[in-house]
Parts: sequence; structure tokens; C-alpha cells
Amino acid sequence: MALRFEVLGRFNRARAARLTLPHFTCQTPLFMPVGTQGTIKGLTTDQLEEIGCQIILGNTYHLELRPGSQLIDDLGGLHKFMNWKRALLTDSGGFQMVSLLHLADITEEGVTFQSPVDGKPMLLTPEESIHIQNKIGADIIMALDDVVKTTITGPRMEEAMYRTLRWIDRCIAAHKKPDAQNLFGIVQGGVDPVLRDICVRGLVERNLPGYAIGGLAGGEDKDSFWRVVAQCTAGLPEDKPRYVMGVGYPLDIVVCSALGADMYDCVYPTRTARFGTALVPEGVLKLKQNAMATDERPIDPTCPCMVCKNYTRAYLHCLVTKDAMGSQLLSYHNLSFMMRLSRDLHMSILEGRFPEFVRGFLRMQFPKGDVPKWVRNAMVVAGIDISECCAPAKCPRDAMEVAGTDISEICPPTKCS
Amino acid sequence: MRFAVTKVCGSGAKARAGVLQIGSSSIETPALLLSTRKGLPAFVSRDLLASLPPPDSLLLHVCPTHFMEVPPSKTISNIGGLHRMLGLPDHILLAAAGDSIESLPASEATNKFGASFETPAGRRLVKPADYMELISCMKPNLWASLADEVPAWVTEKRNKVSVERTLRWLDECIALDTDVGENTLGVVVGGSSIEQRKLCATEVSKRNVSGFWIGGLGLGDSAEERCSILNAAVDCLPLEKPRLVSRLGLPEEVLEGVAAGIDLFDSTYIYQLTMGGFALIFPIDMVGKKMQDDTFNNSGVDFTKINLRATTYRKDTSRIVDSCSCFTCQNHTRAYLNHLLNVHEMLAQILLEIHNTHHYLCFFRSIRDAIKSREFDQFRQQFVQNRRAHLAAAVV
Ligand SMILES: [Zn+2]
Ligand SMILES: [Zn+2]
Repeated sequence: MALRFEVLGRFNRARAARLTLPHFTCQTPLFMPVGTQGTIKGLTTDQLEEIGCQIILGNTYHLELRPGSQLIDDLGGLHKFMNWKRALLTDSGGFQMVSLLHLADITEEGVTFQSPVDGKPMLLTPEESIHIQNKIGADIIMALDDVVKTTITGPRMEEAMYRTLRWIDRCIAAHKKPDAQNLFGIVQGGVDPVLRDICVRGLVERNLPGYAIGGLAGGEDKDSFWRVVAQCTAGLPEDKPRYVMGVGYPLDIVVCSALGADMYDCVYPTRTARFGTALVPEGVLKLKQNAMATDERPIDPTCPCMVCKNYTRAYLHCLVTKDAMGSQLLSYHNLSFMMRLSRDLHMSILEGRFPEFVRGFLRMQFPKGDVPKWVRNAMVVAGIDISECCAPAKCPRDAMEVAGTDISEICPPTKCS
Repeated sequence: MRFAVTKVCGSGAKARAGVLQIGSSSIETPALLLSTRKGLPAFVSRDLLASLPPPDSLLLHVCPTHFMEVPPSKTISNIGGLHRMLGLPDHILLAAAGDSIESLPASEATNKFGASFETPAGRRLVKPADYMELISCMKPNLWASLADEVPAWVTEKRNKVSVERTLRWLDECIALDTDVGENTLGVVVGGSSIEQRKLCATEVSKRNVSGFWIGGLGLGDSAEERCSILNAAVDCLPLEKPRLVSRLGLPEEVLEGVAAGIDLFDSTYIYQLTMGGFALIFPIDMVGKKMQDDTFNNSGVDFTKINLRATTYRKDTSRIVDSCSCFTCQNHTRAYLNHLLNVHEMLAQILLEIHNTHHYLCFFRSIRDAIKSREFDQFRQQFVQNRRAHLAAAVV
């Protein structure tokens, strides 16, 4: 085990921790930006440090294609290759194959796929995935899992879960650098609580340095999503980090953190930046909109980042989706936003004001009080009272009923349920 | 704006070093104006720009025509002008209507009312009044008048018209300017005609301008023509005012311009290098220095630059230039840049623009040092010799 995980503060299920990895000591909850090919699109490593990035994610599948893990190894590992001094995490490569290549096929041996270079059939086994990740040299490496569409149920999902458990043993056996790299197991099982439970128990038995909750953020309904997270975090050990894969919407991160998750990754903040969308406390700001052309305010007046301190929406409007600088500046802001969210989660838990933080966050995102049902349900389990963000101004009917006026004619009850 | 020539040297005693004082910044000349897209370098944001050597990196060329569609000029004015909008309060912004990438002069569509430009949004006609509206909202430190730039191959008649229009528009611009020309650079055109160039330069000199912008070069003119055109124009300009030449960017062209008495250069050379995956590597200090060994070993590349896309850099863990102190060279290897270029990652352009800009600014500093120590002719000669030596080595 090459990490230390110390919980520094709690609120019910939520925790603020210090995660000590070989290359960096991180504070959780934390968001990891995705640097697919050994770079976060449009930002230098200095800028990433400035923003407060702690862990960057690299995609094994892409890195193996170019420049190749052998070359990365020969040149001293990915940290040195991209000159990133803080922590790195690599995925197993399996998910990318299944999602990017139509002709991927999963057997007991591994993932068979057509080489995008010459079309020849190739095989990614659990051993090969770990071997490649050992060469890349990230602080955290991920086990190869049997990836199926989240919404699938029945025998295929069951097969995938059991195979994931069989493969974890092959991953553990193949892992050559347990003293320098931390192998995380991935909980699978779709939205089936029984399968999830078997998988959690199976993985916990293996005493891994950390655990990921996989197979989410893939089109399942939000109520299933949070229930799976809540179930897994409850079953996973207290003294190990918990990583919800592929989650990156600020609301999802806040909810998952309240349920006891610690780590997140997603391409969303940087990808949406390239399309001209900025993350703001109220939700999103689409800088492409015509109204932005004359808007002399910064993206977010409360954001202390370099972009918000210097640029107006009007100027960014003329850059976004047209000039490289547009996506550079917006990526810078969006990642700053995610890092600030991570810090706020950590500090509010540590300082015992986590519920206030969650309520403040929800008030900004849902000023009309229309907090989605699934969030309200999740907060009950998280033990956070958010009634004050939901109830009062939910609809005119509520307000007027309080005032004792009969408005049933102008506001049919169904609309406000 | 104040300008003073501090040293003159070279065979014709025309190459000159000077100091350009704008606000609280003073910039030594000969100097390079960094090219921009919508006011910022194509890939270098303000925090990265700050890592480039000051005060040389404070000088930027801004194209008002990049802002013709959005934001509205009133918005630019409300924000507080270009400096505030770009987040570059201390930079020196020089505005001129055209560039070589996003706003090319379209002489065939230019008419007596205004100059036409080829922009990403299509062709746009800019009248002196439109142009001055943009200038007054943007408040650049210096601005060039609107010009009718024509390529070298137009007829004598068209060339004459271009001079007449450019002079008339200069008068119109100054008449519309609240500072009546105090921050104006008068544009000198005249195509390949020595006579028209002299006429234009002489006429512009009579106006109340604070300096000169020599345009209409790099539009189909040959290297030989250019030398005499440049000299003819410069000889008609007063010694005490700065001279800027547009679109001459290659190191040889810069040296030629300096020899003719040019003080400021705006060019998209660095942008073009960067887009092509090239990194400048030529030795900065030309006098009495040997080149880096490997510059000879890369066949197919001239001695000034290398193409980092080439497979030979796949495992090259050296810096682009060993002795370079730029952010890129201090942090990244040729191998990493090669990878970024291969996978089409934007960071490649960011890092290349930083290095190339840094390298070129150092080249300009060396030119100034050579002038100050009266070694400019030697410096220029050495550069040309190195280039020839390399070409010879490449043939063998
Ligand atoms: Zn910001
Ligand atoms: Zn450099």
C-alpha cells in the first residue's frame, strides 16, 4: 500500500481527509481533471498548480496508443514526461475501448478489440492493463473491470460483476509496484443492490488501498445513481478512499460527498469550456449567447481566478468556440471553479459547517426552491436538513396558502406537487 | 509618446538603436511587436505572457478589425478600452487595421470610400470614420492610419491611387482624432515603385504624425526590390521619429530592415512557425559564437529552426535550446513537444509560442547589443554566413 488516508473531519457520512500519495498530499473531497493524452487541454502544469489541481487523470488506452507506455517508461514515467510533480491516476483502458471502439468484445481472458492503427485483433487482459499502468507510473492505477452499460440488468450484469471480481485477483497478482502505485478495485453491479453488495464484500476482502464505484454516470436515473453511491459508501471501509468514477457535475459531487465519497473525475468542466460554457454558482453560463456580447461583468464576480479578475463576458463571448484562447481561458475558469468546490467541501466539513455549505450551494443552484426529488431523498440519507432550500418559495400556491388565501382556481394543485 | 535614437552604426550609418517611451514603460528599439488575435497572443494568456522577458514583451500589435463584429465598440469603451478589456493594463498596444492572418487587405475590393479586408466573417469595408470610431473606443497607445495596401503586381495606375487614398485617409483620420495625430503612425505605401514610395514618405512626413508605419511590403515583392523600396522610403523620413515596418518577419528580413533604419517590426512569423510545429534554435549571439552542434545534423531543416513533429525527437529528452531560460525549455523536453504535436494537443502551440517568442525577443536584444557595440554589420554577416554554411553542409 502506497498511500495514507486520514479522516480529519466528518459530518454524518461526509468526510474531509488527508490523502497522502507518493507524489502529493491531497485534501479530499477532490475533483480530478482528465488529462487524456498527458496534458489537460490548453493548460500548462504551472497553471494547474496555480488553480490547485492535486491529481490529474491519464487515459491508459490513449497513452498506450501514443506515445506508448514503453516510451513513457524509458523516459522515466508519466510524471517526468509531462513534468507534473503532483499526483496522477490512470484508468485501466477497458472503458475507453468499450466506449470508443464498436468492435470490442469481452471474454474471460480480457477485452478483445480491433487495433485502431492496423485493424488487427488485439487483447487487453487484466495483466496487460496493469503492466502498462506500471510502466506509466501513476500514483493510483485502476483494475480492469468488465464494463457493461449501466442500464443493463439480468444475467449479463451478474456475469460482469463476478468477472470483475475474478479479474481483480489477476490484477493484484500482476501488479509489480505495490509500494509505489496504489491499485484501486472497482465496484460493479449496475443498479442492482444485491450485485453491488456482493461486489463490495468481495473487493473489501482483498484489502485494496482504495475503492472506486464504477458503472455510474452512464444514463441511469438519478435516484438509482445516488442509491448505488449511498449503498457502496456504506459498505466500503472507513479508512480507505472512495472514488466515484466519471462524476463531474457540481451537484452530483456535492451529493456524493454528503454520502461519503471522496474522489471524482470527469471531462465535463474542460469539454464544456471548449463549447463556450462556464460553470458558475447558479449553474452554467453560456457565453455564446448574444446577450453576452454587451455584458461587462466577469463570468462569476465571486470567483477569484485569473480569468474572472481580468475578463468580461463580452470579451470572452468574442473568443469562445472561435479562438484557442477562448477555450484556454474558459478551461482555466471551469477547473478553478471545480477546485474551489473541492476546497469548500473539505473546509466546510472540517470546520463543522457542511450542512450550511450544502444549503448555500442548493440555494444558488435552485433559487426557486425546485431542488430535484432525488437530491432531497439523498439528503435525508446524508442526514442534512435542506427543507429551508426547498419549501418556502416552491410555488406561489405554497406562499399564498400560508397567507390563508384560496387560490385553487388559479393554481391547480397538480402543478405544484 | 517619446522616441530618441541613441546610437547609429552600420556601413551606411542607418542601423539605429533607440528608446521608445510610452507612459511609464520604455522599450529599447529595434523591437518586435507581438502579433495577436483579438488583442491577445494566439496561445499565450496574460499569466504566461508575464513569464516572457520584460519590458520587450510589453509591445503588442492589435488589429481593430478583429473587433468589427463583437463586442460592440460602445461595450469596449464602457469596459475602459482595449487595455482593460484584454487584462493588460501595462502593455503597449499598437493598432493597425490589417494583419496577415485574420484581416488581410483585399485591395481589389477597396474603393474610394474605404479599405477592404478579408476576415473570417467575410469581406468587410472599413471607412476612415468607422476605423476612427473603433480607435476612439479602444484607446490604443499608438495607432496607424487606415491605408490602401496593394500587392506588388498591381498596375502603376492602381499603385498611384493607393498612395493618394492612403494620404487622404491619413488626413481624414487625423481630422477625426481627438488628439489630432499625437499617437498616430502615418502609413507609407507605394508598392514596388521607388518614386511612389518617396512621394508617399515625403507627404506623410509633412503631416502631424508621431511616427511611420511602412506598409504594402510582404505582398508579392521580391527580396531585391524590397531592399531598395525600404531604403527609398526610409531616406525620406525624418530621423527623430520611429519607423515601423509591417510583415517582415524572417530573421534575414529583420536584419535587412534594421540595416535600412527600421525601429519596429510587426509580423506573424512566430505564429506561423508555431502552427507549423517549428521551434527556433539559431544561436542568439551571432558574433564569435559557434552554433549548437546538432543544428548541422538535422538535414532538411535550415539552421534557424527545427520541426518538432519529426520522429527524431520522439525520445529526445533535451530542451529545445539548452541555454534557453523560457518556461518551455525550463520545464519540457523535445520528446514531450513531439508527443503533443502528434496527438494534436493545444499545449504544443502554447509551449511553442512561448519559446519562439522568447527566442525572437532575445534575438532582437542581440541586435540592439550589436548596434550599441558597433558590431551590427558583423552580426548580420555572421548570420548570413551561418545560413550559407548550413546550406553547404546539407548539400554534402
Ligand atoms: Zn473564474
Ligand atoms: Zn526556450
